[in-house]
Amino acid sequence: MKEFEVELLKLIENNANLELDKIAKLMGKRIDEIQELIDKLEKKKVILGYSTLIDWAKVLDEEEVTAMVDVKVTPARGFGFDKVAERIYRFPEVKAVYLMSGAYDLSVSVKGKTMMEIGHFISEKLSTLDSVLSTTTHFVLKKYKHDGIILEDADEDDKRIVVSP
Amino acid sequence: MSQISYVSKKVDGLKPSGIRRFFDLAAQMEDVISLGVGEPDFVTPWNFIEQSFHALEHGYTSYTENAGMIELRKEISTYLSKNYRLRYDPYDQVIVSVGASQAIDLALRAVIDPGDEVIVVEPSFVAYVPTVKLAGGTPVTIQTEAEDEFKLKPEQIEAAITPNTKAIMLCNPNNPTGTFLSKEELEQLAEMIEKHDLLVLSDEIYAELTYDEDYTSFPSITGMKERTILISGFSKAFAMTGWRLGYAAGPAQLIAAMVKIHQYTMMCAPTMAQHAALEALKNGRQSVNDMVESYKQRRNFIVSSLNEIRLKCPNPGGAFYAFPSVEATGLTSSEFAEQLLQEEHVAVVPGNVFGANGEGYIRCSYATSIKQLDEAMKRMKRFVEKRI
Repeated sequence: MKEFEVELLKLIENNANLELDKIAKLMGKRIDEIQELIDKLEKKKVILGYSTLIDWAKVLDEEEVTAMVDVKVTPARGFGFDKVAERIYRFPEVKAVYLMSGAYDLSVSVKGKTMMEIGHFISEKLSTLDSVLSTTTHFVLKKYKHDGIILEDADEDDKRIVVSP
Repeated sequence: MSQISYVSKKVDGLKPSGIRRFFDLAAQMEDVISLGVGEPDFVTPWNFIEQSFHALEHGYTSYTENAGMIELRKEISTYLSKNYRLRYDPYDQVIVSVGASQAIDLALRAVIDPGDEVIVVEPSFVAYVPTVKLAGGTPVTIQTEAEDEFKLKPEQIEAAITPNTKAIMLCNPNNPTGTFLSKEELEQLAEMIEKHDLLVLSDEIYAELTYDEDYTSFPSITGMKERTILISGFSKAFAMTGWRLGYAAGPAQLIAAMVKIHQYTMMCAPTMAQHAALEALKNGRQSVNDMVESYKQRRNFIVSSLNEIRLKCPNPGGAFYAFPSVEATGLTSSEFAEQLLQEEHVAVVPGNVFGANGEGYIRCSYATSIKQLDEAMKRMKRFVEKRI
C-alpha cells in the first residue's frame, strides 16, 4: 500500500467526519484526487464503513449493556472455527467475534438493552448451538476507553501559555 | 528612599521581549485561538511520563552527574550517530542541560570574552541577542531577506566579519520563519565559516521537524565538527517543553568548559526529566514520527489557507511556523497582530519581534489542532477581507 493511502486512512480513521477539501489541503493534494482514492479504497473494501463513536451512557433512556462472552466450541470438520463463528456473528446482538488463543476459543461481544435481554440471548441462542460447549459471560460495568478514545472527562484543555517564543 | 536602581546596567539595557506584550493582551481575552505558541500542542507521550513516575517511585530524586546521567549521554550519542552520522564520545563530548536554552547560555558564556562579537542571523529566536549580551559579548545581527526565503547567504557572513568576530549562531530549521537550509546551502556557509575561522553554535532543536528533504546536521559537514557546538533538546520533537531538557555536543575542550559553568550554576538537569528523556530516546521513535506526520499535514493546510486569503506565504521546510506576509493588508506586523487579536480573537506574533526584517510578516504556529487551525483561518479570512 502506498504511503499517501496509509496517510489518508489514518486521517479518516481518527475522524470519519473530515471534509474532502480539508483532507485535500492537509495532504497537499486536489479534492478529486482524494475522492478517487476514497472510491478506490471503498471498492477494494479497505474502507468498510464510517461509524460514529457515541457515548450512549450520556443519552437519557438509551441505556445499553455490553457483555464479553468467552465461548468454548467444537470446531467443525473441514471448516475449523469459521463455520461456528459465522453462526454466531450473524446474530445482530453480536457486535464482535474474535478467535482467541488460550483458555477458550471465541470471544464474543454482545450488546443489549438489559442484562436480562443479554442473558436470554446467551441461554436461548448462543449456548444452545450444537458446537458450543460452554459460555462464560462477563458484563461490562464501566467503559474507560473504547477504540482508542478515552470516554471519561477527556481533559483536553490547552494548558499552554497563549503566546510563547 | 531615593530611586537608586540596583539592577545592573547590562540587564537594564536589555529590551523586554516583544512577545511579552502580546502575551499580556491575549491572556486577558476569552475564546482566543492562539497561533502564537512556540511549543507542541501534543502532551508528552505517555510512556515518557510513565518512565519518570517509575524513576520517582524508585527513589531517583537526587542529583545526577553534572554533565547528566551517563546512560542518557550514551543514548544521545547513539541518537546523533544513528540520525546524523555524528560521532560524539558520551563521556566528554556531551552535556545534558536544562533545555536547549541553557545549553545556548552555557556555550556563549564558555567562549565569550568581553569585546567578542557573535553573529546572530535574524529574524531569529528572541533569546539569542540577549544571551550574547548577558555573556558579555557583542551581538552583530545579519538580516536575511524575504526574497531569499530568509536564507542566510555566505556573502552576508563575510560582510559582518570584523577582527573581533568569534562565533556565529545558526538555527536550522529556523524559528520564526520555518526556513530550512539544505546540505549544499550549509556547505556554502561552511566554506565562509572556515575561511574566517569562526566557532559555530548550531541550534538544531527543530531538526526532527522537517518535511520535504533529509536533514543535514551542521557539524556533519566536512571540517565543521571541530568548530561547532551542536545544541538540541527534547522540547519540540518529543513534546517535552515543560520538562526543560536539552543537550549540547561538541569538542571535548568546549564541553568541559560548559560543564564547569554548569556545575557551579546548575549542578545538573532535573533527574526525573532525564529519566523521561532516556525513555524518549529508547522507545519514542513512533511517537515522534506520528507527530511529525501531523505537523506536516497542518503545514500543508495552513500554508494553502494563508495563500488563499492573500497572505503570501512560502512553504516552510521545517519547524512548526508559517511566516506569511501581511503586506496586502497595508498594515504593519504589530497593527495586524493587535487588530486581529482584538477583532477576531486570534493570536499571532508580529514578525518584527524576531528582528528588523521580520517587519511586514507574522509568525503563525501550526502546532494546534486541525479544528482550531480551521477556525483560525476562517476568522483571519474575515479579518483580511475587510482590509483588501
